[in-house]
Amino acid sequence: MSAVNLLAVFVENKPGQTARITKLLADAGVNICWVTIANSGSFGVMKFLVDKRDPAVRALKDKGLMVSLLEVLAVEVPDKPGSLQGVADLLGRNNINLDNCSGFVANNRALLVIEVHEFAQARAILEKQGLHLLTQEEMLRL
Amino acid sequence: MFWDQESETLTRPSLEQLQLKRLQDTVQRVAQRVPFYRQRFAELGLAPEKIKTLANVRRLPFTTGADLRSIYPDGMLAVDRDEPVRLHTSSGTTGKPKAIFFSRNDVNNAAELIARSLVMTGITKKDVFQNMMSYGLFTGGLVMHYGAEKVGCLVIPAGPGTSDRQLMLMQDFRTTAVHILPSYALYFAGYLEQKGINPRKDLTLRKAFVGAEPHTEETRRRIEQAFGCDVYNSYGLTEMNGPGVAFECEHKAGMHLWEDNFILEIINPETCEPLPEGETGELVLTTLKREAMPILRYRTRDITSIIPEPCKCGRTHRRLNRITGRSDDMLIIRGVNIFPQQIERVLMSFPQVGRNYVIVIEGLDDMTIKVELAAAGFDGQVEHLAALQHQLVEKLKAETWVTPKVDLLPAGSLPVAEGKAKRVIDKRSL
Repeated sequence: MSAVNLLAVFVENKPGQTARITKLLADAGVNICWVTIANSGSFGVMKFLVDKRDPAVRALKDKGLMVSLLEVLAVEVPDKPGSLQGVADLLGRNNINLDNCSGFVANNRALLVIEVHEFAQARAILEKQGLHLLTQEEMLRL
Repeated sequence: MFWDQESETLTRPSLEQLQLKRLQDTVQRVAQRVPFYRQRFAELGLAPEKIKTLANVRRLPFTTGADLRSIYPDGMLAVDRDEPVRLHTSSGTTGKPKAIFFSRNDVNNAAELIARSLVMTGITKKDVFQNMMSYGLFTGGLVMHYGAEKVGCLVIPAGPGTSDRQLMLMQDFRTTAVHILPSYALYFAGYLEQKGINPRKDLTLRKAFVGAEPHTEETRRRIEQAFGCDVYNSYGLTEMNGPGVAFECEHKAGMHLWEDNFILEIINPETCEPLPEGETGELVLTTLKREAMPILRYRTRDITSIIPEPCKCGRTHRRLNRITGRSDDMLIIRGVNIFPQQIERVLMSFPQVGRNYVIVIEGLDDMTIKVELAAAGFDGQVEHLAALQHQLVEKLKAETWVTPKVDLLPAGSLPVAEGKAKRVIDKRSL
């Protein structure tokens, strides 16, 4: 299935929180492959792509943390000008809002991680366009 | 200076005689016309004729805020329904407000008490009086307005407009006196400083009347310093006409309570027993001149004490000390009454919200509600949390009339209460 699962952790927005969460993951032998942190006032949400999802969830929940799983799309695009624009335009024309998006280049491959509400519809549109959507395993092997 | 020197300086025996006469008249009227009191009297086996001395006031039943809500909208009228000419309500109470009716004489009388209160600080018809309190159902607007008009001031019904507009009015019309919430006064002082306005040079303010919120002597001094004018404390509550119940005279040493209009008692809020003069307890008030809606022994929930010594100004009406707190858990924020239960009800109506919360009040009456998210409330989306936060603010604002800050927190971040939870952390210096 060409979808990527992230785990999201709800934390207080104050110093030391990232260190606390990542220590729990490290102690559980979990490797973090990708991370974003977003703040809004008193709180923040950390999103992780990890190699061992279930042990990671258990390690966090055991400490009383609020954890949720998220499905996102990882789209491979050509590493050249206009690639993000192409994806954004495609979704926009289909009236799909990009809730969150991040991008990076790894081993000469350009990747976009995108979150949308209309998950299945967005996947179909992107695949129809001939874009490669990475599976969880492919993301971890990057 | 006096507005009504005769009434304000009655000898104590004459004042007490007048009180007794008015009390007897009030008791007779409510016994005849108000089913609520008739029933209470019957339960107590009390005949109105039994009220023979002022001390007999203790035989009368108490009236509470809950009673006033229970008779909402108009169950305590002592006149025909078409007699009242004015309605005010209390602010932001749980569920229904407390509705208070005024007859034409009540409106006039409330204005008389304001006139006395203003004139005893030195206000005259030459003053330009900018009323920065909210007009509408809140008494701080209209009741004060009528009193200042009676004195002959030019009254500017500014209401709680923006600071820019307040300043423009002050400068253009040469305002000499303001009626303002203490929390707003402190805010406005900061605004003036930011604008580079020196009130002593650039404004013509002489006096500020602050009220509707408990505040400290320290706050008064800060406002006096910032505005460069005298600041007078005042006490009132919607149930007793609003402002004008008790005001400070020129000596700024306690608030004269107009005893020809109200019987004042201080009780122990736990036992309801009267306390000796000078001891601190809950203020209980009985209206003596109200036509439309007399109220007997109203439990104000405000904690204060009587200053027994006579005042240098010559007025015989005794003074109240500053209000130091409440005997219930009501909060007064920016002049608005808020019960923690109102906030709890809003929070608990959201399934995404957990059970643990605290209300923090600090600074210039800023209210922050820290609340934990329920496990089901987190789907990993920061946008959903932000939207929830926004909805909570809107709902809380609609319920309490005050815009709070809402902090969403992960479950387990707030201290877990052992026994009765401490929900309110009031960091204001009171």
